[in-house]
Amino acid sequence: MKAPAISLQGAARIGGERIFGPLGLFIPAGGWTSLLGASGSGKSTLLRLLAGLSEGIDFQGSISCDDGLPLPGRTILMQQSDLLLPWASVIANVTIGAKLRGERPDMARAGELIREVGLAGLEHRRPGELSGGQRQRVALARTLAEDRPVVLLDEPFSALDPHTRRQMQDLTRRLMEARTVVLVTHDLIEAARMGDSVVVMSPEKADRVPLPPAPASEDRTADRASLLMRHVVSGAA
Amino acid sequence: MTGTFKALAAGAALIMLWQAVVSLFEMPPFILPGPLLVAGVIAAQWQLLGWHASVTMVQILTSLVLAGLLGTATAIAMAAWQPVRSLVLPVLLLSQAMPIFALAPILTLWLGYGFWSKVAMAMLIVFFPITSSFFDGLMRTPRGFLDLGGQLKGRPARVMWHIRIPTALPSLASGLRMAAVYAPVGAIIGEWVGASQGLGYLMLFANGRAKIDLMFAALAVLLIVTLALRFMAEVLCRFMLARYPAA
Repeated sequence: MKAPAISLQGAARIGGERIFGPLGLFIPAGGWTSLLGASGSGKSTLLRLLAGLSEGIDFQGSISCDDGLPLPGRTILMQQSDLLLPWASVIANVTIGAKLRGERPDMARAGELIREVGLAGLEHRRPGELSGGQRQRVALARTLAEDRPVVLLDEPFSALDPHTRRQMQDLTRRLMEARTVVLVTHDLIEAARMGDSVVVMSPEKADRVPLPPAPASEDRTADRASLLMRHVVSGAA
Repeated sequence: MTGTFKALAAGAALIMLWQAVVSLFEMPPFILPGPLLVAGVIAAQWQLLGWHASVTMVQILTSLVLAGLLGTATAIAMAAWQPVRSLVLPVLLLSQAMPIFALAPILTLWLGYGFWSKVAMAMLIVFFPITSSFFDGLMRTPRGFLDLGGQLKGRPARVMWHIRIPTALPSLASGLRMAAVYAPVGAIIGEWVGASQGLGYLMLFANGRAKIDLMFAALAVLLIVTLALRFMAEVLCRFMLARYPAA
């Protein structure tokens, strides 16, 4: 699984109304790109386009990968809502992809993923018996079970309390090593903490903010966040 | 438990009101027999009433099972295939524009005076609520779940089975609850048109012989049959929804 770099050029409209663009965005291979923007900046629409969920979006432009292969089919989207099936156990939710495709689920790997996200022993619980953080961990395991080179995260941690959010951020970062990850967020600190590079998006443009390398420490996160803050404020002025 | 208690209290209040009307307006028993008189008839004629009730009950249960199978299959086919939808949906709506009771004599003509004309009548009445409520549920799968099915590259038939049907079960449950209450209407109408057994037949028989107390007793037993069916449907639906809770 070689993770590709992605470039997007173009403009999107929904029902005749401009959502973003024309603009250009480059997403480097095998790293985390934080896509930061206010509500209505078009960042979620852009992510849905990358995910192939383009229904209702009128997109004029192109999306291409540096390896020349098409992007559709190589992405997986993880959203704020965990979308767990309420009647299915944790392990059934993690293996739902295989079942929907008519494949034999790899139970050993599913069990391993559940251990990796820290839910060992809860395999047979139903979502209703789990906390919000635990449910999001199940969604993470389901996403990882798909083993796609490009992972698209649409504010997946925003409904969690700060402590749980940090745990989930670190866990996700660790488990998604070597994939191309796009994280849509409106949380400045999250963008600074998670992104190897950070792009600030508005309907007009997508600006890559020059920042020191991805944080090795929480001090570095604070430095990056304050730089980002300055950029966002000056951009808005 | 408090629900059961409230229902019993409401029933008791109605019976008291019934007795009060009979005593207050000095109703003659051939117009409105009191609850005590009717209870007496039920106690004395329980074998007769029980036999006719069982005939009606079997007709109703058969119609519910058959309409349930046929209705769920139709709803799934309509939700899965656009051509089926555009073909069946107008027919379904048209069937509701027609007073189904008017079909009872025709069904008797075609199916005879026996068991199946009553089953067909009840099926015609309950097929619509089962099919249309389940179909509505199948068409209202939450957007996020459908997106998830797409992201996981699910096959349409399997997304239907693993996601759309389970999320539509609360809608199916409300259809089944309605059906349990409407099905007796169909069976009774079928029996009124022509039958030699069943509670509907017994009511006409008693009416013809001016046995008004027996007619009311049959009516009371019919009420019990309907409540029992509603209760059974409730148990079935609760069981189903406990296994497949809503999102």
